[in-house]
Amino acid sequence: MSERPVSLPGEPKVDLEQARAHGLAPDEYRKIEQIIGRTPTYTELGVFSVMWSEHCSYKSSRRHLRKLPSKSELVVQGPGENAGAIDVGDGWAAVFKIESHNHPSFVEPYQGAATGVGGILRDIFTMGARPVASMNSLKFGSFEHPRTRYLLGGVVGGIGGYGNCVGVPTVAGEVMFDAAYNANILVNAFCLGLVRKGEMMSAKARGPGNPVLYVGSATGRDGIHGASMASAEFDKQSEAKRPAVQVGDPFTEKLLIEACLEAGKTGAIVAIQDMGAAGLTSSSSEMAAHGGLGIELDLDKVPLREAGLTPYEILLSESQERMLIVAERGREAELKTVFDKWDLHAVVIGHVTEDKRWRMRWRGQIVADIPIGALADDAPVYDRPAAEPKAQPQTKISITEKPGTAKALRALLDSPNIASKKWVYRQYDSIVQSNTVLGPGSDAAVLRIKNSRRAIALKVDSNPRACALDPYLGAVGTVCEAARNVACAGARPVGITNCLNYGNPERPEVMWQFVRGVEGLRDASIAFGAPVVSGNVSFYNETEGHPIPPTPTIAVLGVMIDVSKHVTQFFKNAGDAIAIVRTATPSLAASEYAAIFGIDGGRLGAIDLAREAALIEGLVEGAEQGLIRSAHDVAEGGLAVALAEACFNPRAILGAEVELGRAGNAAAVDFFGEGASTVVLSIAERDAARVESLFAGRGLEFAVIGRVIADPRLKISGTLDEGIAELQRIYEDAIPRRLRGSD
Amino acid sequence: MKWGVVRFPGSLDDGDALYAIAEVMGQDARILWHKDESLGGVECILLPGGFSYGDYLRTGAIARFSPIMKSVAKFAADGGLVIGICNGFQILCEAHLIPGALTRNRSLSFICERVWIRVENASTPFTRATKRGDLLRLPIKHGEGLYVAPEDELRQMEERGQVILRYVDADGRESDAANPNGSMRAIAGVANQRFNVFGLMPHPEHAVEAMLGGVDGLKIFQSIAGSAR
Repeated sequence: MSERPVSLPGEPKVDLEQARAHGLAPDEYRKIEQIIGRTPTYTELGVFSVMWSEHCSYKSSRRHLRKLPSKSELVVQGPGENAGAIDVGDGWAAVFKIESHNHPSFVEPYQGAATGVGGILRDIFTMGARPVASMNSLKFGSFEHPRTRYLLGGVVGGIGGYGNCVGVPTVAGEVMFDAAYNANILVNAFCLGLVRKGEMMSAKARGPGNPVLYVGSATGRDGIHGASMASAEFDKQSEAKRPAVQVGDPFTEKLLIEACLEAGKTGAIVAIQDMGAAGLTSSSSEMAAHGGLGIELDLDKVPLREAGLTPYEILLSESQERMLIVAERGREAELKTVFDKWDLHAVVIGHVTEDKRWRMRWRGQIVADIPIGALADDAPVYDRPAAEPKAQPQTKISITEKPGTAKALRALLDSPNIASKKWVYRQYDSIVQSNTVLGPGSDAAVLRIKNSRRAIALKVDSNPRACALDPYLGAVGTVCEAARNVACAGARPVGITNCLNYGNPERPEVMWQFVRGVEGLRDASIAFGAPVVSGNVSFYNETEGHPIPPTPTIAVLGVMIDVSKHVTQFFKNAGDAIAIVRTATPSLAASEYAAIFGIDGGRLGAIDLAREAALIEGLVEGAEQGLIRSAHDVAEGGLAVALAEACFNPRAILGAEVELGRAGNAAAVDFFGEGASTVVLSIAERDAARVESLFAGRGLEFAVIGRVIADPRLKISGTLDEGIAELQRIYEDAIPRRLRGSD
Repeated sequence: MKWGVVRFPGSLDDGDALYAIAEVMGQDARILWHKDESLGGVECILLPGGFSYGDYLRTGAIARFSPIMKSVAKFAADGGLVIGICNGFQILCEAHLIPGALTRNRSLSFICERVWIRVENASTPFTRATKRGDLLRLPIKHGEGLYVAPEDELRQMEERGQVILRYVDADGRESDAANPNGSMRAIAGVANQRFNVFGLMPHPEHAVEAMLGGVDGLKIFQSIAGSAR
């Protein structure tokens, strides 16, 4: 047997040209030759090309991500494993992460979104945690774009088709439509699992000689070079990349969840990792590298869907629902018994070695033999130039006449970005597992923890319009918004995960947006004492030279000490005082109002993070003391929209009568301004003074602006008087109406 | 009463049913594994919601061939109480333990929401804790819940009182808008002729705690518990 790796008969010749075709830069190819001291085999070239792809190596982002705070006394696991984990009390750790599946979802929306859900689920249960909640953040092109309906239907269908079938509730999300995403949609999927502290599993291989088990689905040709696809821009040929999109099988995933969690209880698992991007290659090399060891696999033993796969294909396949396990030697049979019970493959395909090499055998030959560090730690790291673009983006001013407030309110409630997303979330199972206290349609989702008084709150947010105006302030504001939503429900923000969606990092202006975004995330994370424990970067979100606006998607985990104290967004009782609390002055910058009516909203205001943190403390304390009847974050559409939404109580429709602005002199910005971290509260009359001291005592602007009324009408400053039922009808029907195509 | 909740591969609401019966109701409940034939001496069998075997062929079509289903059929033939919820209902139809079939929702999409259900027959072991005409607020979550049966059979079923639950609006009236999936005659739940096998699309196990949105589902479980032989 030859001990020197060889290319196989019929495989293309490996040279600089072939490397370029694999997406490797000339310098990168030379570095590979230097590391292994020879020309790589064709298989090795393929392996390097995915492991060194942006998607797998984070080569452009790594040095910046180090700036993110990842420690607190609640952090059980920071970055470095498959997901991060936070202590949520009573012996539980919450394991969570958000990840992008943008490129595949644009090419094939149903399978792209479905496998996005599947992939993030595996990142969670690979840690030994049972997935208990999913969320998603979706960005589509404008509703009028001919492809939007197809993509929306496909993505929502795929998320539901996969999520509903694995029994993990989809509890929250956000959906935005904007022409900036016409040619590059975003699909970011979040999952959270719970595990007893101390029972977490690791992806760190230990013990030379320990066997490596392949479990789950057989390997096919699907998804080969998916990671490379996600590391390049789109062009007219992207449609041809459809075969690089994986196909999901949620039924097998469900079996895999149960089998892996059951197998974990045997204690025979040393390390486990899912085969995600770059499949068998990344899982095997990363587990070995994390343990400072080597690994040797016999590719002939890998279960295949069809005969004739080459080692290149076996190693790069991104077939779904597969995991790699390092078992304790001699205990393979125990694990096999569990996987047999669930009718899943479990095959020993190799073992851990001491020699720190990644060695692949196939039909009596060695097809790859690479120092283990080369694939992960020695991947190139770039300090790409970042430069602020000279011309700031400007909004066109096309408004000729100011709409009346009533007309503007109706137009905003009819905007798909503000309107009810019920058409979307009705297609998701949001209640399975019996923990969902507040599901989709709320400011934040609230999930109780069984056999505990505690609950967790979850929210995912993004604000690309603000980020387009100022990538730093936009990112800070996004974190503030997600944290505030969690606090509105009564939970204290304790952890963050992020999905950073940007254009091509080789452009200095995109790199600048990214760097500023990371800095914003860092500063906000520090201010809230909520570390960033996991995350994902998605670059190259651009098509034919047009990058998406910078879109850092932020998910915040909050913890509630007593679930019975949770707060919802709806007004509860006629006669209650309506108050607002805020940290700044609202503006029309980056607002939905400015977008709809085509006006220049101006620049973003500064954000005082100390005040933001004070607001959050006040909200949590108010909820814990039972002083707050309802709390609703003012988001797109401003105060007028938030007031209307607070009236849409499914149990009892109420009205509101309020005064905005000074002495009947309210302007559009008072009604529809955004960006001031405003929260609408309703408070029992007798508690108003205590609530005021809660916020005013922290130096925040607090004002009682009116009261909840039994008459189901929204009355503002004598200039607006609208029936709630009619406003709600507009709000509920905006998306269905557009899908019916009758506008 | 001793309950058995069958766990098929792909069952999803098995844990929720177990939780509702054992933790919330405080009754004796256990999981029954689909590969076993033994029913462990239980007095009521619950077939839970989910996507058994992925439901790739047709909902419930593969699950009915599970080893345990032989025992379930025999148990039902002997008069034992069997309740099938959502996918469980689909399996009971496929196994011909209940008349009719469940096909894709009229909207062609999955629907998860709380709906109003009217009790049409309160003299069954599954509804005896309710009164005829009672309204229950229960969640549905399914893609294939459109109930169909031949007209002749439907007429006979109505005459015999086999239509147990119907979708209605908040005022208890039938209407097209209140029929979420387009089921014939707005049927949400039916029993066999002997009234010992009951299938329903709504999920009573997801309506057992006020904090999670309502407790109307308890009435179904209380009815069954009160029907112990």
